[in-house]
Amino acid sequence: MAFLQSLFKRANAASAAEMLVDDKVYVASQWQLMWWKFRKHKLAIAAALVVFALYLVALLAEPLAAYNPEAQDARHAYRPPTPVRFVDAEGKAYLRPFVYGTKQKRDLETLALVYTDDTSKLYPIHFFVKGYPYKLWSFIPGEIHLFGVEDPGRVFLFGADAQGRDLFSRVVYGTRLSMTIGLVGVTLSFVLGILLGGVSGYYGGTIDMIIQRVIEFLRSMPTIPLWMGLSAALPANWPPVRMYFGITIILSLIGWTSLARVVRGRFLSLREEDFVMAGKVAGSSERTIILKHMVPAMMSYIIAALTLAVPEMILSETALSFLGLGLRYPAISWGVLLQDAQNIRAVATAPWLLVPGAAVVLAVLSLNFLGDGLRDAADPYGR
Amino acid sequence: MTLESAGQLVDQALIDQLKAQYGLDQPIYVQYFKWVAGMTRGEFGQSLTWKTPVKELIWERVGLTFALSLASLLFIWVVAFPVGIYSAIKQYSIGDYVFTFISFVGLGIPPFLLALVVMWLAFSKFGISVGGLFSVDFQDAPWSWAKVIDLLQHLWIPMVVLGLGGTAGLIRIMRANLLDELHKPYVVTSRAKGMKERKLILKHPVRVALNPFISTVGWTLPGLVSGSVIVSVVLNLPTTGPLLLRALMSQDMYLAGTIVLMLSILTVIGTLISDILLAWLDPRIRLQ
Repeated sequence: MAFLQSLFKRANAASAAEMLVDDKVYVASQWQLMWWKFRKHKLAIAAALVVFALYLVALLAEPLAAYNPEAQDARHAYRPPTPVRFVDAEGKAYLRPFVYGTKQKRDLETLALVYTDDTSKLYPIHFFVKGYPYKLWSFIPGEIHLFGVEDPGRVFLFGADAQGRDLFSRVVYGTRLSMTIGLVGVTLSFVLGILLGGVSGYYGGTIDMIIQRVIEFLRSMPTIPLWMGLSAALPANWPPVRMYFGITIILSLIGWTSLARVVRGRFLSLREEDFVMAGKVAGSSERTIILKHMVPAMMSYIIAALTLAVPEMILSETALSFLGLGLRYPAISWGVLLQDAQNIRAVATAPWLLVPGAAVVLAVLSLNFLGDGLRDAADPYGR
Repeated sequence: MTLESAGQLVDQALIDQLKAQYGLDQPIYVQYFKWVAGMTRGEFGQSLTWKTPVKELIWERVGLTFALSLASLLFIWVVAFPVGIYSAIKQYSIGDYVFTFISFVGLGIPPFLLALVVMWLAFSKFGISVGGLFSVDFQDAPWSWAKVIDLLQHLWIPMVVLGLGGTAGLIRIMRANLLDELHKPYVVTSRAKGMKERKLILKHPVRVALNPFISTVGWTLPGLVSGSVIVSVVLNLPTTGPLLLRALMSQDMYLAGTIVLMLSILTVIGTLISDILLAWLDPRIRLQ
């Protein structure tokens, strides 16, 4: 008994302040144990914050963007990112950040457009300014943006693309599509995976064998060529929203297999547990046993598997759109933005076009760490 | 439709004749069976865009795809094996942290993005263009030793780009498994008995930690085959990737179908090789 107590004490050292009485651990629910374990994993907590921030950006894309992502302006083509300063040319320091105006000149030797700072014009950056009008989530009209400068000053935090569109605003809008496509696809995989995995694991026998063979067949196919083929089959003249759902369906058609495998494994091991037999003896219907007793026992694994499936979907959508087979203009996602970076000459002149790639890496890495942390927290045998 | 977009006026009779010529006027399952039946004779249909038999177009490219995937796999093994061992032995040292960081970066960056960044760096900082698998002189030349060496010189960039993701995963697995093994009693016993450190580590724990290494080959090779598709589009390599993309865009079904078929065959071969290797390495599996 003392050995068990000391084990728990060591495992929950971080919550020592709340762990004054050992009894708390014994009556702690499964979720509480998981939460305590998750908290120890500092990297996972940081990753969770990043993921939360990304989804916040996706939710509030319209007010966060500074400029209309569709507004083309040839005067700002390939503008490098505007440096935000606190100290001006004379050495005077300001509390409020500002940007300089820019002068456009054509270099007479290389015929390239060169942008230089015009130190005579100072544009302070204001917060919560009135900018271009938008409709939040397509129905709430608004005009307030997080930051902005007066016309004709421009603050392009990530520079501008070939058509003079602000890349920062486009990346912010792209966050919405890229991050949610993972969620929708994962929901579909979730439904399919739980259904088929559960049936396979619970009933066993022939159904299990058939479903397993189907899963192996789907997993043995090379994914990327398959996705390319399936998305090429979608007509190119579909409106972006329908295309979006078509892509998610395609992605989840292969994605459900890994979740089904996890679910089946857990079902198989849970089937032999005593509480299932007790339920059967007590006369509950099979549906009650499955839904009320077995599924909650697997929830932690399912959550971890789901969280790890989202970055895969994000990566796949980005890859497909990058190739031109996924979302297309006028939809804005990180993959569509990266299409501009395909041309090596364009990237050499304007390396900031690779910023959507950095966004992809950030999202994928933080979701991976979060999923790892959740999986470690869900594992009852981990140290 | 392509003819129309090329500016030629087409009337219904011409459309019907073209359809009959390409066999497109029959129901879809008949076309499919005809295609499969042709495969037994070694014919994979006619490419609609290039008007040449498919097998001529893809024969050399499939070989190069396989060579690239295999080279990436070798890269993954050669790098991940010693780095994983080093990370486990010198846990929490500076080297360990550096390698862990690199492997996380490798996990997060999609291969095509890495290819883009590498291309950009090589172009802007070193002024060399890194596309393609051969220098201009060797492109259409017949195979010779010089051509092979030229191929190797160009191959290392796509190999590194493709392999980095797999390396990252494998280093983590190797490190975790070796760490588990190193804390087992038999290692402590050997050390107490005075066995030399290097022999001690290489003789038994590494062998056991090698197990997941081999089993991951099953998924690594197919992953490399499919991952090479996008990377070769970005880097403009003469493998099946760019050809597949073009075939899909122009709805060239025999070409696209055959390429997907070839890639699937490569995938299945890879899984088979891994199963055989695993059975050879781990006698416990043979007994099942």
